[in-house]
Amino acid sequence: MSAPATLTWLAGHELRLSWRDWLSLMTAGRRHRARTVTIALVVFAAFMHLLAWSMVGRYAEAAPDKATLVVVSGCILLSWSLLLSQAMESVTRAFYTRSDLDLILASPVSPRKVFSVRIGRIAGSVALIAMLLASPFINVLAFLGGAHWLAAYGVVAAMGAVAAAFAVALTIALFRTIGPKRTRLIAQIVAAVIGASFVIGLQVAAILSYGSLSRFAPLQSETVITHTPNAASAIWLPARAVLGDPLALAVVVGMSLALLAATIAVFAGNFGEHATAASGVSSAVVRQTRSRGFRRRSPGGVLRHKEWTLLLRDPWLVSQTLMQILYLLPPALMLWISFRDGGGALIVLVPVVVMAAGQLAGGLAWLSISGEDAPDLVATAPVTARRVIVAKVEAVLGSIAFVFAPLIVALAFASPFAALVSGAGVLIAAASATHIQLCFRVQAKRSQFRRRQTSSRIATFAEAFSSIGWAAAAALAAAGSVLALFPALLALGILAGVRVIAPKGA
Amino acid sequence: MIQPHRPIALGIRGLCKSYDRPAVDRLDLTIYGGEFYSLLGPNGAGKTTTLRMVAGLLKPDAGSIAIDGIDALADPVAAKQITAWLSDEPMIYDKLTPFEYLEFVAGLWRIDAKAAERSATELLDWLGLAPHAHERCEGFSKGMRQKVALAGALVHDPKLIILDEPLTGLDAGSARQVKNVLKERVRAGGTVIMTTHILEVAERMADRIGVIAHGRLIAEGTLDELRHQTGQAATSLEDTFLKLVAETMPVAAE
Repeated sequence: MSAPATLTWLAGHELRLSWRDWLSLMTAGRRHRARTVTIALVVFAAFMHLLAWSMVGRYAEAAPDKATLVVVSGCILLSWSLLLSQAMESVTRAFYTRSDLDLILASPVSPRKVFSVRIGRIAGSVALIAMLLASPFINVLAFLGGAHWLAAYGVVAAMGAVAAAFAVALTIALFRTIGPKRTRLIAQIVAAVIGASFVIGLQVAAILSYGSLSRFAPLQSETVITHTPNAASAIWLPARAVLGDPLALAVVVGMSLALLAATIAVFAGNFGEHATAASGVSSAVVRQTRSRGFRRRSPGGVLRHKEWTLLLRDPWLVSQTLMQILYLLPPALMLWISFRDGGGALIVLVPVVVMAAGQLAGGLAWLSISGEDAPDLVATAPVTARRVIVAKVEAVLGSIAFVFAPLIVALAFASPFAALVSGAGVLIAAASATHIQLCFRVQAKRSQFRRRQTSSRIATFAEAFSSIGWAAAAALAAAGSVLALFPALLALGILAGVRVIAPKGA
Repeated sequence: MIQPHRPIALGIRGLCKSYDRPAVDRLDLTIYGGEFYSLLGPNGAGKTTTLRMVAGLLKPDAGSIAIDGIDALADPVAAKQITAWLSDEPMIYDKLTPFEYLEFVAGLWRIDAKAAERSATELLDWLGLAPHAHERCEGFSKGMRQKVALAGALVHDPKLIILDEPLTGLDAGSARQVKNVLKERVRAGGTVIMTTHILEVAERMADRIGVIAHGRLIAEGTLDELRHQTGQAATSLEDTFLKLVAETMPVAAE
């Protein structure tokens, strides 16, 4: 056991906290779930390996030519943007979550030492998550193509270190330029946008160039291959490392660790200062709202108005919920292109819109139904519980209608039938997601939105599968197939199952 | 002490609620209109559970609750219309201003908008919140948040105000403002039932004090009556309370 207050002792403390945090995230704080979670993880891992087999199995024997290097580099960049997003989220949380900050900063341990370990922990956790997510693909490639593919683990770990280094530098730069008050929001939005932008960007490029929704189409194009540096360029070092080049691997890992070490050396001291500043101003923003008189509204009206006001005034929540809408950009673009050219690819749009509506409704329903910050006030009001729930459901469905109506109206110009099916699908998928949230409602704070999935994994999966079911049904219905009945029945079955297994009294 | 000339604001008969063990056990309690009643008891005695049942937040296992003659279990909406609840943890919306919060509460209680606005402005002024009426609550201190929640509890002019540790964590200035507003309400004919661990507050503000232990009322009366029960005429409420509790819960009194 290391001596107290040394780097290794602090690292051990951080490791223990990380492990318990992860365990709590997986089991929603209930230890007896550990066995179930383990079994679920094993099944999930097996499923992911099968999926990986079908997706990357044919590339196991890929030669390190330029075309392969371009695709691998694209995948690295795509994954790294997501890692950067995750790392920024972690850094922001480290700045603004008070938890043990007062204790640490009041202790005689050097803040530089503490935050060096903390930055290291962020890099470690980002790398670990990335390695876990990448492992099915790497394992499949190694099994089919040879052990040289295992070098990809090293590259993934290096990507985690670089992402953490960039995230720290970027967040501290934000702190210095816009101050601690605004950094939290901006950093979280930047993290979310970074996470989504590359995926969406590739899809948009694919649609504009090839009329396809495949993310890899632009990477495999002749234009990209011709205009990128030749195969000997250092730009392909990470891709070469993934393909098993030991020298490239050593350079990539070495450079990423050096970058992380330099970041820690430069920023660990500032990290402590900024964390102190952040903890002091986290909620001290004074926002004046224009004065106007009380308006006459029914209890249902004030509840709906309250839900919409709270949502609109919380840019973080808006960014979190509307991220799903960002993914509608590619299909919207596809709609525009199809409408312009009179193409018949509109059916592709229908399931995307329905799926997005289901997912968005799930998030909004959680905020409205479970994320009630003044539950006692609402419960002691002279309004029946049923009326309260109806008003909250109306608020959710109203928001969904507001977001999706323009898209459906636009779709109606291109294909009234597809618009009709989409409209019905959006309504049903949103109502289903809301129903699931109602069945599994809990009392929580809106600020816990990011962790809502942990309260009930069943609700999360039911919500996802119900949306998928309605999306598939809508797609088949739009194509005029009676087979639409099957996914619709499956989705109805999920809803019925939810009613049966939902906790009583919820 | 019998007060036949005053209407009963809250009548509790045979109230029971159990979790792993009985939290409230056949509790009988009568509070009269225009009375300031303080409910005392050690931790886990059943005070909060009792008040949460009265406020309609918990369903009793047995017993009856009547608020101003309305059966709160048979007609909860009518009972809630004349009741207000405030706990020690102010539950308000960070993204609303105090003014908007009060507008929301007024809407839930179906109060006429113009009257509610007048009442809200007056309350915010009384509680020293007028300069912050149009600022979002997210930056407010615990005291300010509690005062916003109190304004919300009073904006619909309730007949019965139920307060669970409302002064916890408030500074002296905020606590005085809250106490003054409550006194004013009682003077105007309102009824207050309040739990508190600050015995000095109960001693100075309450018309009657009830002491609860193991979910049952073990003593009740004015401070003098309680002193008389313990046989210690010149002691403080703290000594009286500890002596009463020691008889039923020796560990809690230590």
